[in-house]
Amino acid sequence: MSGETIQITYREAVRAAIREALDRDPRVFLMGEDVGRYGGCYAVSQGLYDDYGPARIRDTPLSECGFTGAGIGAALGGMWPIVEIMTVNFSLLALDQIVNNAATIRHMSGGQFHVPVVIRMATGAGKQLAAQHSHSLETWYAHVPGLKVAAPATLEDARGMLWTALTDPDPVILFEHVMLYNRAGTLAADASAVPITGAAVRRAGTDVSLITYGGCLFKTLEAAAQLAAADIAAEVIDLRSLRPLDDATLMASVAKTHRAVIIDEGWRSGSLAAEVSARIMEQAFWELDAPVGRVCSAEVPIPYPKHLEDAAVPQVPAIVAAAKATLGQ
Amino acid sequence: MTTHPLSREAILAIALEALTRVAPDLADESIAPDADLREDYDLDSMDFLNWVAALHERLGVDIPELDYPKLATLGAAADYLLQARAPE
Amino acid sequence: MTERFHMPSLGADMEAGTLIEWTRQPGERLAKGDTIAVIETQKGAIEVEVFHDAIMGRPLIAIGDRVPVGAPMAELEPLEGAASPSPSAPPAATGAQSAGGRAAPRGSAHRPEPAAAAPPRSATPAAASAAARPRHRASPAARRLAQRRGLDLAALTGSGPEGAITLADLEAAEARAGQPQPAPARRPSGGKADLAAMRQAIAAAMSRSKREIPHYYLAHDIDFTAAAAWLERRNGERSPGQRLLSGVLFIKAVALTLQAFPELNGFHRAGRFEPADAIHVGCAIAIRGGGLVAPAIHDADRQDLDALMARLRDLVARVRSGGLKASELSDPTVTVSSLGERGVDRLYGIIYPPQVAIVGFGTPRTRPWVVGDAVRPRTLVTATLAADHRHSDGHRGALFLAGLAAHLQAPEAL
Repeated sequence: MSGETIQITYREAVRAAIREALDRDPRVFLMGEDVGRYGGCYAVSQGLYDDYGPARIRDTPLSECGFTGAGIGAALGGMWPIVEIMTVNFSLLALDQIVNNAATIRHMSGGQFHVPVVIRMATGAGKQLAAQHSHSLETWYAHVPGLKVAAPATLEDARGMLWTALTDPDPVILFEHVMLYNRAGTLAADASAVPITGAAVRRAGTDVSLITYGGCLFKTLEAAAQLAAADIAAEVIDLRSLRPLDDATLMASVAKTHRAVIIDEGWRSGSLAAEVSARIMEQAFWELDAPVGRVCSAEVPIPYPKHLEDAAVPQVPAIVAAAKATLGQ
Repeated sequence: MTTHPLSREAILAIALEALTRVAPDLADESIAPDADLREDYDLDSMDFLNWVAALHERLGVDIPELDYPKLATLGAAADYLLQARAPE
Repeated sequence: MTERFHMPSLGADMEAGTLIEWTRQPGERLAKGDTIAVIETQKGAIEVEVFHDAIMGRPLIAIGDRVPVGAPMAELEPLEGAASPSPSAPPAATGAQSAGGRAAPRGSAHRPEPAAAAPPRSATPAAASAAARPRHRASPAARRLAQRRGLDLAALTGSGPEGAITLADLEAAEARAGQPQPAPARRPSGGKADLAAMRQAIAAAMSRSKREIPHYYLAHDIDFTAAAAWLERRNGERSPGQRLLSGVLFIKAVALTLQAFPELNGFHRAGRFEPADAIHVGCAIAIRGGGLVAPAIHDADRQDLDALMARLRDLVARVRSGGLKASELSDPTVTVSSLGERGVDRLYGIIYPPQVAIVGFGTPRTRPWVVGDAVRPRTLVTATLAADHRHSDGHRGALFLAGLAAHLQAPEAL
């Protein structure tokens, strides 16, 4: 490490990762709706078309099923495609390709074929884009064996997960929360690949484990800061990998704090928060000093009006309250 | 640790009060300062240990097991505790 | 279905009890193990507990009434939505059963499913009304710690979510237990046992024991030197409140040894031996002025010495001041009687029915003892076993005492 740092946004970190991949390996290309001339609907690929040309930065028709399938086919053919889907909401049109093809072919071919595709999707609420653009459906993918699913929340992960995902022989889905793109911060100038598995302790604490991922990480860190002011030392865990889940890190934390709250922008029913809670119950029941708490989105299609959108998704006061509830406060 | 000076009478009163706490069934007895607590009042090992623990707690005097015989009566205990609390 | 709570039997020698106090009022929700009443028996004032969750119902006897064992004391109402745990009670009709047309399973206790899936819990779990709250909620971590340390959750108040007992509550309780305890207030009705009545009860139980149980007796001199030195060293490093009595070593050693001798740990009932599924050691505690009582230390084989000492301290305090629980009197699966420091060399116990064994310890003394080729002064304690010959023989009893001696040679492993 040189020790030098740069100021960078999450969006720029993802773009730098794509550039690095394109430069490092000729098999890499980017495809998706409006990723070329327009620069991507969240402007992640701005400038790449000019630098790399239409063969490697490919605009596709508005057909998620078609172009995701094409990406999977290219991966089977030896390429390392990066498929961008505008939002997870639209990816449902490509579910058949992802679940029935990408996730299964390695297993159904007895290991003869790998599908080293990386599918990037935006996810989450907060931009007043209404229900059809705002949902957090990460858990639907985290349910499927044969996929690896990761949610980079920090600049380091935005910069470093893509290359590792491309080198993985299995299909990898990367979820980029829409509220993270504009987050700015410092990053090591020589930041590079990071693992796509394993959870990370983002703040150490002894009183309660706050387990989260993606767009809720910074709300949770803010909640932990407020809890610290009330003399409650919260430990914040960033899942990073949604499939596989890093049980060891979670259980070690719960064994230390004896209390857990999961913060998940998905809906409560059948959520990742439900899965994490169940695993804590299975593996750390006798460590628990309070019922596991959850802060999830309200069970409504995400509303359009700002005040209702804010009310529908996890916010700092609810996280603080849930953490205090585990302490009987 | 600085010990607040206490008279022998005060220590005697504290020792008696501690005794009736660990053995509330002796509260109605008038216990002579020279009566042997274990022989005359049937204080058993647990009662005696609880009493020693209470004295340790109240008066800050460490009472090793070897010194237990020196606390056979209330009066002997008061003498022992008074001496143990005396400045060097 | 309404059921009745009956005057419990707290031992073979108990014939009747007198109601002193209702500790719960009609309509209050009861959790298994809650004390609902205090009764006066030959062993003093005893708290009696319910055996399952229920709602306190109508009292059937008045304060001051003396009723025989088995007489109904109060009605208990089932919890709403749950079938009565009485096997004979028909399952309560529920929406799920009538709507689904599903036949209720026959036979034993059955908890019907709720009519519909429970709605998702709100983010604040304290939605349940305070009135419907069972008294002794405890977190899993608190339950595990309580079991390891031998602490009684029922005696604690919770500070956690929904009033649950948490690790912090246990730690606070342990810190208090490490201190000399203030004497509990004496019950206004007189917690002290009526000595004449207790004498009668002991007479009845011991007569029955000697009449019915074919005792055999074994004695064994055990070299206690190592254990006494270990205890002295350990206590020397500790403040008086943390020190151990040798009696605690005896209790633990007996409990551990019994793990390999199930025929000595259990009950003679209806002509057969019923092995116990846990080792609850009844500790004989003498009452000043005469009489004794032997309440249980539960799961004595699974608690460390500090926990056993805390439990013994607690039992002695409650024998002195009143407040023993009914389960503590009815649960012992074996009895240990230890004469302490001012006793004599050996004690031959009489089995307390329906138990099948009692282990006695004389006063440890320095005696001449052959070590190798030389006679040396050693600290010896004589352990005795009185056991029921219907269920075990002298050979097994001798192996038990030898095993006990072995355990006492390694006090650090107790």
